[in-house]
Amino acid sequence: MYKMYEIVCKKRLAHKETLFEIYAPQIAAKSQPGQFLIVVPHERGERIPLTICGYDIKKGTVSFAFHEVGKTTKEMGLMEEGDCLLNVTGPLGNPSEIKKFGKVLCVGGSIMIAPLLLQVKAMKEAGNHVTTVLGCRSKEFLFMEDEARALSDKLYIASDDGSIGYKGLDFLKELLKIEKFDRCVALGPVVMMREVSEITRPYGIPTIVTLTPIMIDGMGMCGVCRVTVGGKMLFGCVDGPEFDGHKVDFDGLIQRQRMMLPEERLSSMLWEMHGECKCGRNKA
Amino acid sequence: MESVNVAETKPKPKIKKEAVEMPKQEPKVRVKNFNEVALGYTEEMALEEANRCLQCPKPQCVTGCPVEVPIPQFIKCIREKKYAEGIAIIKTKNALPAVCGRVCPQEEQCQAKCVVGKVGEPVSIGRLERFLADWEREHGFQMPEKAPPTGKKVAIIGAGPAGLTAAADLVKLGHEVTIYEALHVGGGVLMYGIPEFRLPKVIVRNEIEYIKKLGVDLRLGHLVGRTVTIPELMKSGTDAVFIGSGAGLPQFTGCPGENLGGIYSANEFLIRVNLMKAYAFPEYDTPIRIGKHVVVIGGGNVAMDCARSAMRLGADVCLVYRRSRDELPARKEEIENAEEEGLVCKFLAAPVEFYGDEKGWVKAMKCICMELGEPDKSGRRSVKPIPGSEFVMETDTVIIAIGQTPNPIIQRTTEGLVTDPRHGTIKVDENCKTSLDGVYAGGDVATGAATVISAMGMGKKAAKAIHEYLMNKK
Ligand SMILES: Cc1cc2nc3c(=O)[nH]c(=O)nc-3n(C[C@H](O)[C@H](O)[C@H](O)COP(=O)(O)OP(=O)(O)OC[C@H]3O[C@@H](n4cnc5c(N)ncnc54)[C@H](O)[C@@H]3O)c2cc1C
Ligand SMILES: Cc1cc2nc3c(=O)[nH]c(=O)nc-3n(C[C@H](O)[C@H](O)[C@H](O)COP(=O)(O)OP(=O)(O)OC[C@H]3O[C@@H](n4cnc5c(N)ncnc54)[C@H](O)[C@@H]3O)c2cc1C
Ligand code: SF4
Ligand code: FES
Repeated sequence: MYKMYEIVCKKRLAHKETLFEIYAPQIAAKSQPGQFLIVVPHERGERIPLTICGYDIKKGTVSFAFHEVGKTTKEMGLMEEGDCLLNVTGPLGNPSEIKKFGKVLCVGGSIMIAPLLLQVKAMKEAGNHVTTVLGCRSKEFLFMEDEARALSDKLYIASDDGSIGYKGLDFLKELLKIEKFDRCVALGPVVMMREVSEITRPYGIPTIVTLTPIMIDGMGMCGVCRVTVGGKMLFGCVDGPEFDGHKVDFDGLIQRQRMMLPEERLSSMLWEMHGECKCGRNKA
Repeated sequence: MESVNVAETKPKPKIKKEAVEMPKQEPKVRVKNFNEVALGYTEEMALEEANRCLQCPKPQCVTGCPVEVPIPQFIKCIREKKYAEGIAIIKTKNALPAVCGRVCPQEEQCQAKCVVGKVGEPVSIGRLERFLADWEREHGFQMPEKAPPTGKKVAIIGAGPAGLTAAADLVKLGHEVTIYEALHVGGGVLMYGIPEFRLPKVIVRNEIEYIKKLGVDLRLGHLVGRTVTIPELMKSGTDAVFIGSGAGLPQFTGCPGENLGGIYSANEFLIRVNLMKAYAFPEYDTPIRIGKHVVVIGGGNVAMDCARSAMRLGADVCLVYRRSRDELPARKEEIENAEEEGLVCKFLAAPVEFYGDEKGWVKAMKCICMELGEPDKSGRRSVKPIPGSEFVMETDTVIIAIGQTPNPIIQRTTEGLVTDPRHGTIKVDENCKTSLDGVYAGGDVATGAATVISAMGMGKKAAKAIHEYLMNKK
């Protein structure tokens, strides 16, 4: 029998990318593609949002993948199977709209490749023809390529430096000239989602992006996650996290994401200097 | 054993007009820390203050108390140094005396009615309540009797004062009680809203431990409406539900520039500072960025708490309120405390626009002057802007504390639950019953933002109604 919020399985996906499968049957029972979790690793920890990338109702587990970018995610990277997180809340946010659209283009970048594949799978099961694009910084950051190939009708790979697949996303412009899509789903770094939205805009392909503003509660209490979509102020956590990419104010989002940058850097730096991991405290 | 009954042995002294002061941290000292401001009575002080009570046969104070605590009776126990008995008397009506003794607006409730108040300062009922509650915490909680199991299951949504009170009463009556709390800690506003320096969190944690020891199953991180819904709970064997989910949705001004960095809702600011302990960053992981010149918009208790927290983080704070001093809705005591700590107020002004620097951080705020008009139906004076009176204030942090409404997530996922379309509150009858059979609600979610004691009072009332409903249900 697993303990609540126990790390049942830890998988290294790439250099700084890790996947956790967590025991949380109440969340597993309700999860749908597109939703996210709020994870609190330990007593003194932050609440951080991470997207659901898998669930197993029978086993009572839910999975997420994270990129080690700052203090909290680096700390989590040191946790091992059998350790417990302090709390995981979810599933939060609205599920993705999954139905038969026809031809669907799914573009995933960096860590968000993991949750994208959950959508690819669901889109396939709903009877769509799915073209998947995986983007990464360079070759060594790519993961889940085989899974993506197995799930999709067509797969393209792109990297920022061209070390694998196409260089950049320009090839998409060419692709759209010759192929018609009924829907596009983009999940990844904000700049990537903005670029994809600009590429699909002239063709009027409905493009759904997952916004990742700073969040605290993830349930509509604090308003830190406010984003501007179609000129209206909305809350990323309860009104999203998915929005119409052609209406999102991406610049505003980027600005708000950087709000606490100096503090985040300080926290990360101090942690690396002391090299202390408080997570062990949660070991039973 | 002989116990000296002070009230009977001594001839009645003349009433002392002044209440015994409660020691406080000096303003200059306290504005640099997050420790509790009011330090509580010593035993001597409590005895002296208890002796000011006239032990009225028809106590007016009790009529002013929303949950009718038997006030003269517990004060008598203090005089007789029967502290355990005194706290037990309070707890027949009030499950959270350590909290209420600190945060209740007694000056508008029991103390406003106290007869001593007609000749001098009223008896300090709140301070005496706090004295007994603190005594109990030092001497260990007594476990109350529990009725035999009834086999009925009750789900409570939200671990704020309303939910905790309902849970405690229902578990004592023998029901199986589960609390679903969305956050990773229980306590509601007591944990995430009211700051440490007014209500130390160890007190709230103690109360929650007590309720867990009574046998309540507290499930944290369970957002009802997402993790589980009310219809699902009812289908899977829950016999009754109490909704105590509070009013946690922040309101914004809608002025241009509100998305700039450095503009926080009161909830964001307080959640970072209190719940996530950003004042102890980087020891705790959640940061807060606070500038030198903070503006707090609003005039209620929430605004005062934001202002006083910001001062403790080292900022100069200016409160901008659209009415005048006389209309400030915050407790008088808190306004005084805040002004002692250096709060500056700008009355009769409202924000119009926020300006940012090249990095997207707020640097100034345009305001407009307001004037008071006739009182409206509720007796509050209306306000209207004075055309052409705009002025600009420099600021680097703005905290918006202009009110909260209930979060609609439960209402949206529970078919048939009737709400007030204007305020978003859940409609209940005099027994806290909602439009759905077996579903009750109370606290801020039913009344809109109110007080701890009114939330508790409704929790108690609902528990009684739920008990009756369960016992009559086949
Ligand atoms: C809905 C949603 C889903 C997300 N899904 C994933 C995911 O599946 N995998 C993944 O690796 N990342 C995901 N993120 C981003 C992830 O939450 C941040 O990378 C994480 O919070 C960084 O924490 P840190 O302490 O390690 O880094 P920090 O040093 O604190 O921050 C690094 C950067 O991460 C962002 N960030 C920091 N704190 C938060 C916060 N509380 N909420 C949101 N962003 C923050 C900021 O832009 C910041 O500049 C998601 C974010 C959102 C809002
Ligand atoms: C800053 C501040 C200062 C205040 N100062 C005072 C004071 O000095 N004196 C006074 O008497 N009153 C004060 N109040 C008001 C008082 O705190 C509230 O009236 C009281 O807490 C309401 O209690 P409640 O139980 O209804 O709700 P809350 O205390 O709001 O608790 C509701 C709980 O429900 C949880 N919840 C919400 N939605 C869900 C869901 N869908 N599923 C599961 N859980 C959910 C929330 O996370 C929360 O923990 C203050 C309020 C604030 C914000
Ligand atoms: S009204 Fe005042 S004097 Fe009379 S019983 Fe109450 S507290 Fe004592
Ligand atoms: S994260 Fe607090 S409201 Fe969205």
